[in-house]
Amino acid sequence: MPKNSKSKNNNEGKRDFLIISTYAMAGIGAAAVAWPLIDQMNPAADTLALASTEVDLSSLEEGQAITVTWRGKPVFVRHRTPEEIKLAKEVSLDDMRHPETDEERVPNEKFIVLVGVCTHLGCVPLGQKSGDVKGQYGGWFCPCHGSHYDHSGRIRKGPAPTNLEVPSYKFLSDNVIKIG
Amino acid sequence: MSKSKFKNPVVKWIDHRLPVFSFMDHELNHYPTPKNLNYFWNFGSLAGFALVTMIVTGIVLSMNYTAHVDYAFDSVERIMRDVNHGWLIRYIHMNGASFFFIVVYIHIFRGLYYGSYKAPRELLWILGVLILLLMMATAFMGYVLPWGQMSFWGATVITNLFSAIPLVGESIVTWLWGGFSVDNSTLNRFFSLHFVLPFVIVGVVILHLIALHRFGSNNPIGIDVKGTQDTVPFSPYYTIKDLFGLSVFLSFFAAAVFFFPNFMGHPDNYIEANPMVTPAHIVPEWYFLPFYAILRAIPDKLGGVLFMFGAIAVLFVLPWLDRSSVRSSQFRPIYKIFFWILLFDCILLGYLGAMPAEGIYVILSRIATAYYFFHFLILFPLLPYIEKTKPLPISISEPILGGAATASAFATREKK
Ligand code: HEM
Ligand code: FES
Repeated sequence: MPKNSKSKNNNEGKRDFLIISTYAMAGIGAAAVAWPLIDQMNPAADTLALASTEVDLSSLEEGQAITVTWRGKPVFVRHRTPEEIKLAKEVSLDDMRHPETDEERVPNEKFIVLVGVCTHLGCVPLGQKSGDVKGQYGGWFCPCHGSHYDHSGRIRKGPAPTNLEVPSYKFLSDNVIKIG
Repeated sequence: MSKSKFKNPVVKWIDHRLPVFSFMDHELNHYPTPKNLNYFWNFGSLAGFALVTMIVTGIVLSMNYTAHVDYAFDSVERIMRDVNHGWLIRYIHMNGASFFFIVVYIHIFRGLYYGSYKAPRELLWILGVLILLLMMATAFMGYVLPWGQMSFWGATVITNLFSAIPLVGESIVTWLWGGFSVDNSTLNRFFSLHFVLPFVIVGVVILHLIALHRFGSNNPIGIDVKGTQDTVPFSPYYTIKDLFGLSVFLSFFAAAVFFFPNFMGHPDNYIEANPMVTPAHIVPEWYFLPFYAILRAIPDKLGGVLFMFGAIAVLFVLPWLDRSSVRSSQFRPIYKIFFWILLFDCILLGYLGAMPAEGIYVILSRIATAYYFFHFLILFPLLPYIEKTKPLPISISEPILGGAATASAFATREKK
């Protein structure tokens, strides 16, 4: 420790600067090294590449539903009956948890396309097979913690916070859709 | 201490250069231990035994296990049918996880009853809660490995809990999965973490023991050791008592492994995972049920997740929530009653976690959850202001030996 107070102050200021900048550089370096180690857990390129599925709807009769796989998840496609369409369109949005009109969710009113994953904690709701429990609103019912969805896949009762997700899809022709 | 305490020349030679034998002699042989410990003090060494059992059986299981969605289920079936003694090793590992939790839960309630978390043992307690969390993570990921229906859907529901986090939730879940659903990437990383976390637990257990040996064990009357008249050397007194406890434990454990190996499991996990179909009633392993009940008791997704993690978070801060300086419930007449209510409450939550989330079960879950948090957040801090505790004995020897020991305890105190 130098006795001279002026040089001590100078040295201390210099030393603080060196210490802080060393820590800062080491911190940045550590973060830069950590990032690849963390990011490797995100979806890999081949997982991302599998991201679209085509579905032929021509054999799907009115009132029938099929489940296809898209990105490892079930996607529900249902050919709705006129009655179901009517119910889905006419219901009031006032007391819905996640208000969305049927038009916003279903571009072609006959075919509803939904990600078949409950927005609560990810179970697959029932309602695709004819014998399934469909819940109080006639659409889908998640048995895990009791979420009820209507004919438009909107959450009406139970713990799920949002409506069943609509995947991005487009009609390639009248009867073929491409999901993803 | 110029003369070595060891006779064996090899031991002596090594110990002079690397004092591991001195260390073991000090910590496991002479280590002064309160002489009044009851059988609830056996559960620490039992937990250590369970951990070692899990590591040994886990390493041999992984020699035959394949972490791939197409092969995992079949590789576990092969372990059960074709691998020599595979059924035994897997049943030990499977039931070992349950017994590990039984032992650790008893160990924790022992701490709650005798106030073992109070000063100066706060860090010892916190390290214990950390071990519990690590065990939960390990057991959860281990249960995914056999890739049965419960494995898959348990993993889906639990990882989805993180989607409740505002803004970044969905990205975190995708990151945890390494894809857009629980899939091969998820299984691979869970295997990797399931393999390594038990060794992290070993590290934390070592810290837990270092903290324990700083002040020594608490004891049933919860007062400090006043001198050598209150203690006995760890060996042979507690080594033999721990070994006796171990043999009783092993009798129960062997009964489960050989006669009821699937009693604590779920039959749906013998159906291979199917990402398209959720089983009608999914339940986690029994040791998660109380927490699962709390999750479902709250009608809001984020709220449920917060309360569930909160149930463990309160344990971390318990040493500061409890304002009473009296450790043992033996001298806290009111707390003692509430202790049993808490124990009942946790068992009730466990039962409710296994029931469907509807009707009366939901109402009861809410009441039981409310009580749990009331107990930790209100009762612990406020009770000491109303409760009149019973007089504490002067020393550990006093209630056992009566007058004579009291006099000698006074004498030792006087000398200090
Ligand atoms: C804290 C200690 C541990 C706990 C609580 C634990 C828990 C579990 C559980 C609950 C299962 C599922 C059993 C079933 O239903 O089939 C499992 C499976 C497995 N564990 Fe562990 N484990 C631990 C340590 C380890 C270690 C150290 C290894 C490897 C070094 C390991 C390797 C495995 C393997 C390969 C499986 C899949 C085979 C099977 O399902 O039986 N475990 N573990
Ligand atoms: S996952 Fe569907 S209600 Fe919870």
